[in-house]
Amino acid sequence: MNDLEKINADFAALFEAGYEQLQAGCGMGMNAVRKAAFEHFKAAGGVPQGKEEYVYANLVPVFGRDYNVVLRYIRQDVDLNEIFHCAVTDLVTDPILTVNGWWFDGNLQPELPEEVVICSLQEASLRYPDLFLKYYNRNVPAAAKDGLASLNTAFAQDGVFIYVPDEVVLERPLQIINLLRAKGDLMAFQRNLVILGRHAKATLLVCDHTLSKQSFLVNNATEIFLEDNAHLDYYQVQNQYLGASQINSVLVSEGKNANFDSTLVTLYGGFIRNNFYVALNDEGAETGLYGIYISDKNQVVDNFSYIDHVSPRCRSNEHFKGVLDDAATANFSGCIRVRPDAQKTEAYQANNNLLISDTARVNSKPQLVIDADDVKCSHGATVGQIDEEAMFYLRSRGIGLEEARMMMMFGFAHDIIQRVKLDPLREQIDMLVEKRLRGELSKCYNCMMQCRK
Amino acid sequence: MLQAVVAFESRIMENIIEEVTGSDYKYGFVTHVETDTIEKGLSEETIRAISAKKGEPEWLLEFRLKAYRKWLTMKMPRWAQLDIPEIDYQDIVYYAAPKQKAGKDWKDVDPELKKTFDKLGIPLTEQMALSGVAVDAVMDSVSVKTTFQETLAERGVIFCSFSEAVKNHPDLVKKYLGTVVPYADNYFAALNSAVFSDGSFVYIPKGVRCPMELSTYFRINAQNTGQFERTLIVADEEAYVSYLEGCTAPQRDENQLHAAIVEIIVEKNAEVKYSTVQNWYPGDKEGKGGIYNFVTKRGICRGENARLTWAQVETGSAITWKYPSTILKGDNSVSEFYSVAVTNNYQQADTGTKMIHIGNNTRSRIVSKGISAGYSSNSYRGKVKVVKGCKGARNYSQCDSLLLGDKCGAHTFPYLEIEDSSAQVEHEATTSKIGEDQIFYCNQRGISTEDAVGLIIKGYAGDVLNKMPMEFAVEAQKLLQISLEGSIG
Repeated sequence: MNDLEKINADFAALFEAGYEQLQAGCGMGMNAVRKAAFEHFKAAGGVPQGKEEYVYANLVPVFGRDYNVVLRYIRQDVDLNEIFHCAVTDLVTDPILTVNGWWFDGNLQPELPEEVVICSLQEASLRYPDLFLKYYNRNVPAAAKDGLASLNTAFAQDGVFIYVPDEVVLERPLQIINLLRAKGDLMAFQRNLVILGRHAKATLLVCDHTLSKQSFLVNNATEIFLEDNAHLDYYQVQNQYLGASQINSVLVSEGKNANFDSTLVTLYGGFIRNNFYVALNDEGAETGLYGIYISDKNQVVDNFSYIDHVSPRCRSNEHFKGVLDDAATANFSGCIRVRPDAQKTEAYQANNNLLISDTARVNSKPQLVIDADDVKCSHGATVGQIDEEAMFYLRSRGIGLEEARMMMMFGFAHDIIQRVKLDPLREQIDMLVEKRLRGELSKCYNCMMQCRK
Repeated sequence: MLQAVVAFESRIMENIIEEVTGSDYKYGFVTHVETDTIEKGLSEETIRAISAKKGEPEWLLEFRLKAYRKWLTMKMPRWAQLDIPEIDYQDIVYYAAPKQKAGKDWKDVDPELKKTFDKLGIPLTEQMALSGVAVDAVMDSVSVKTTFQETLAERGVIFCSFSEAVKNHPDLVKKYLGTVVPYADNYFAALNSAVFSDGSFVYIPKGVRCPMELSTYFRINAQNTGQFERTLIVADEEAYVSYLEGCTAPQRDENQLHAAIVEIIVEKNAEVKYSTVQNWYPGDKEGKGGIYNFVTKRGICRGENARLTWAQVETGSAITWKYPSTILKGDNSVSEFYSVAVTNNYQQADTGTKMIHIGNNTRSRIVSKGISAGYSSNSYRGKVKVVKGCKGARNYSQCDSLLLGDKCGAHTFPYLEIEDSSAQVEHEATTSKIGEDQIFYCNQRGISTEDAVGLIIKGYAGDVLNKMPMEFAVEAQKLLQISLEGSIG
């Protein structure tokens, strides 16, 4: 039995042994699909090693460790004040905490319009079976080739549930803070479900942090449904440490004229895989996927996106940029799929990489699969170094070598960051990125807030 | 009023479409010559039989058998954006040769064969010397005639059929065969290595600039046969050669397999230009019949400053699976890839290139233009790899797709694998249809829609056609016109 077979066999054994426990506390909506999902995971070949979608990701060492899997909620003492006393003061959010993939039982109920529901996924699965039936696990089949999303469906027990009804506009951003803390190496599953009704509008900020120095492997899936004319601004800041591996799947389904605008900031983490599956299901739907990744040491950042233009007159715009130092590896794989009748599609995709060390490497795979003729689609990818002429310009004005390099890199990254619409958040991210580029952030393995103490 | 104009426009379009789809494949005739074939089917016996028929030395038989054994363990590649039906490898005739007396003289060649090549417009006779192209004509499995051999020999250039090369220059063949495309390289390469029948061999000695264009013309004629030719081109130090390849096949209802290998070795300061006009029978309007074109083409720039240019116009074949690639090993070596791939009706093409940068300061440039019409599927698939320690590599890729019709597909699958920070790699691609504003602009100036489309396509493919040798550029442009003009819908 090779390593991969052993990993898959371990999952099968775990699923069988833990099946009873997995169901505890979860509603029918979640439990009814577990077995089929696990079968699908197996049918897809288990952990996707060497598959086209994961061609540059080596998952065996990531999955091959001995992790503990906790199949029930363990109470954690997390002092909210402790975590938040140094948070961005100008940015007022409604915070929601999860610990190791579980809804934190000390979460405060934010003051929100009455019909808005924010609760644990378990609770939602019991209290809103109709919503669950309608939405839960509807997007994962779209990611049919991705066994890891199915694996999440099979094992997920909890997470965050957000429901914003028709016509409701949330003023304050919602902030999901995913914390990892354990005494031993841990594998965790988290499943979030976000539903925005017609003409609803919200901003969601997701932050990933590690609080202890164990090895973690998180398989995180977020299903997002945007009904007609709904609008979601989505920000995710990934700031973990070298021992933390993350498989982060965001599965989006959009109705007519809906808009999903996402900015992903990847600052730190051992192995990070981001999967974005966006289905533009009805006319006029729009999506923007933006990302900046800064990697050094032997980190691996693997961004994958699949934008499915199902209907005519949809637009998508995608831009990922990265700065790579030391022996870091960045993989970018983006696919724009235009279905036969999706005429008048506009789709753009770009990936730019800055290599600043000899041992860093980049694999870029921007793809277009187009079956309609009246479209405007383009993609571009570049790999290069800091522009020498621009450096000369700065140096000739008396700016030191290091500082000039910093300015160039920062400018490169700011291209993406400037898209963040919330001023305080943008400033915060700018500050973090600058620290990160200066190498100050990496000394601190903890969350971004604690760095400011 | 406006509506009326639109209706009128669309009627013109329909007419044009009819005209185009009605235009037949003009090389679809069959030549009635006696053919010497072996039994259908593939086994070690088949391979021994082929080898024996050709009177090959023991080492070549061994090479074939090794390849065959490897092939048995391999699986048909399924990763391409192609829908390839199951191929019954036992239902193919692996050796078919037009029967003819041995002899170098043109007057000894079967008159039917002569007629065939005359019909194809291939300058086989010495009378056509004016065209100044040396031709090696390959019918089914064997080389029929190579022209200008004597003239070339004066300069030390070897241009002959592969079988002749095995007999007359075994050392050269042995030295280079399989060095660029090893027999275990891929499924079709292994198949070819096992059963290859003939092909061309070119050797340009040190410091020689080949005085004329070299050309091979491939034709599949016999029924149920596969064609497996093998081309080996060696340009020694400071040599130069421009090589052209063309191909056609008769119109038949069943699919025929063509699995070729081209190996090119470019030494220090040498330059090779390799141009292809691929016009195998593409099948009929309903997608019936046509050639499966599964080809492995690869060159290596072995020495410093070596230069290899690929130019291809792909209009034929039911299915094309072809990635002419270059390994840039020598420092400062340069490779370019220019391609126009046209698919119409139910054709499928998955084609592109690989540029592997190993040597320092190596440069590559990729320009690929895809045009799809009808129900066809056209994919660009390419890889640019810069290995660790390769300093100052530079690549620029541009892959554009043009869609004519709403039932066809255009796909782009570039792979960029960069392991060295000194590399500069750029890739860009666009997909669109011919803009109505562009046509409107032409119409306004009195250019008919049909001519406007022709003009726009010519401009679109111009970058590539300009890279073709003159003799081919004309043919290529005609082909483009036949395959496409007016199929805009």
